[in-house]
Amino acid sequence: MASKEALVKAKKQHSLGYQIKRNKACYVMLAPYFILFFLFTVLPVLTSIALSFTYFNMLEWPTFNGWNNYIKLFLEDDIFLVSLKNTLIFAVVTGPVSYLLCLIFAWIINEFSSKVRTLLTLIFYAPSICGNAYMVWSLILSSDRYGYLNGILIKLGIINEQKLWMQDAKYILPCLIVVQLWLSLGTGFLSFIAGLQTVDKSLYEAAALDGVKNRWQELWYVTLPAMKPQLMFGAVMQITQSFAVADISIQLAGNPSVNYAGATVVTHLLDYGSTRFDMGYASAIATVLFLLMVGTNKLVQKLLGRVGE
Amino acid sequence: MKKRRFFKPRQKKLNRSVAGNGLLFFIMAICGFFMALPLVMIINNCLKPLDEIYQFPPRILVRNPTLENFTDLFTIMNDSWVPFSRYILNTIIITGFGTVGHVVLASLAAYPLAKHDFPGKKLLFNMVVLSMMFSWTVTQIPNYMIISWLGINNNYLALILPACSYGMGLYLMKQFMEQLPTSLMESARLDGASEYQIFWKIVMPNVKPAWLTLAIFQFQQMWGNTGSMFLRDEQLKPLQFALQQIAAGGTARAGAAAAVTFIVAAVPIIFFLACQSNVLETMTTSGMKD
Repeated sequence: MASKEALVKAKKQHSLGYQIKRNKACYVMLAPYFILFFLFTVLPVLTSIALSFTYFNMLEWPTFNGWNNYIKLFLEDDIFLVSLKNTLIFAVVTGPVSYLLCLIFAWIINEFSSKVRTLLTLIFYAPSICGNAYMVWSLILSSDRYGYLNGILIKLGIINEQKLWMQDAKYILPCLIVVQLWLSLGTGFLSFIAGLQTVDKSLYEAAALDGVKNRWQELWYVTLPAMKPQLMFGAVMQITQSFAVADISIQLAGNPSVNYAGATVVTHLLDYGSTRFDMGYASAIATVLFLLMVGTNKLVQKLLGRVGE
Repeated sequence: MKKRRFFKPRQKKLNRSVAGNGLLFFIMAICGFFMALPLVMIINNCLKPLDEIYQFPPRILVRNPTLENFTDLFTIMNDSWVPFSRYILNTIIITGFGTVGHVVLASLAAYPLAKHDFPGKKLLFNMVVLSMMFSWTVTQIPNYMIISWLGINNNYLALILPACSYGMGLYLMKQFMEQLPTSLMESARLDGASEYQIFWKIVMPNVKPAWLTLAIFQFQQMWGNTGSMFLRDEQLKPLQFALQQIAAGGTARAGAAAAVTFIVAAVPIIFFLACQSNVLETMTTSGMKD
């Protein structure tokens, strides 16, 4: 009899209702955030995905048109394909490089004493905190010979006449990549800096006893594994940033840029969403971009699982 | 005698070579120069007299520094029909509640996600992470409709409530809380502490670097918000809106615009310095983790 009772009790503990009741405090803590999250994030995202199957010009009620937006996107819209290609190049180059830069600089800064550290953090975070700081680059990349880059290159005798950095399809994408890399020490960078503070100091002493010889080994065997959660966070932020590049392209190269050389998926989306008022189509673009990022995220999380092995 | 050094004393840091330190210092100096450019430019621009602002070819450094731009800006401010103190109050309300609200709500929700097991945990967390990947441009219209439907249009809440539910904060806090040793919470639970007490007294103090960093991000976000999509009444608009309005005033206001750019950047920088120096301070005290 006793065993039967125990069985019933065990079953009861496994039932969903019991689990929910037992974790009541958890749900109460989750509630305020997630109610707002559902209202202001989940609902709008689901609505947008639904809108991607409609024609919606923001004046009339949306009309259903099935997969038409997606068919048009992949089969008829050449510019989308160009922008997709640019975005992929952009993401493949700036994503990993920015990520490593964030990590390396956060780690180097952590080596300095605390007063110097605050100052260095500010300097390196400056491009992210100064609003549209990348406008500095419009001076550097200016197409006349007074542009700093042109001026220096001419003085050094590397080029004979000024290059049209932001008007020549050949140079637009590489220039934008450089600017983006310069801008890359943002969210991920600061979270790494904070992450480094939480690494348990006794781990380093233990590692030194275990035969870790220099700071590079220490980084790989102690620091990185200890801040894995931050590395994951940084990766997600990096993906969202490098796939969603648009502002710098629009500000520096214009939208549309010469021969669409600076077009990215998001500039294309903005073109349809805020210039042509075709929200259905813009939503389809957003959905494709979303799936692209989700796929990349899966891949990256797998790679990061191997850090420190 | 205490020796002052850039690098920490030997006994604190193991495995450090002088050559390595020199190399790192060199790298930082070169890169730092390029990274500091926007700061240098903003500071120099706001000190330039009008003729230097329009100088061609443009120069980054100022020759005859003047505070004229700021006096100009203050004159324009005094002329505005909504007193500037009102704009400042609006900004304090919106930025203050938006930042504190987000940090508190996101941390509160992150704690069970990081340290408890319950049905629906994975689903909720994944939704938050994925939500960050959806383009913000296309969700604006549904968002507007929801805010109208809730009847909080033309209200501070239209800016504050959505800001409280950004995905990034929850993700950041959850990642940091995950690192805390579970034994820390177990012992408190044995002492009879409730989950809320554990959250406030044990979890939050231990992830101070995380929430200070989150506060920096969120403050920046809220400070940059002009609110022009939801706030119609001039009396409700934040400082950022009024300043941008002045900066957009054309050629004659280029000086005031430079001053505006400086102020717009200076406020988050001050906030940043206040938070960041605390982030780095925690290091010395939080060595007692299990």
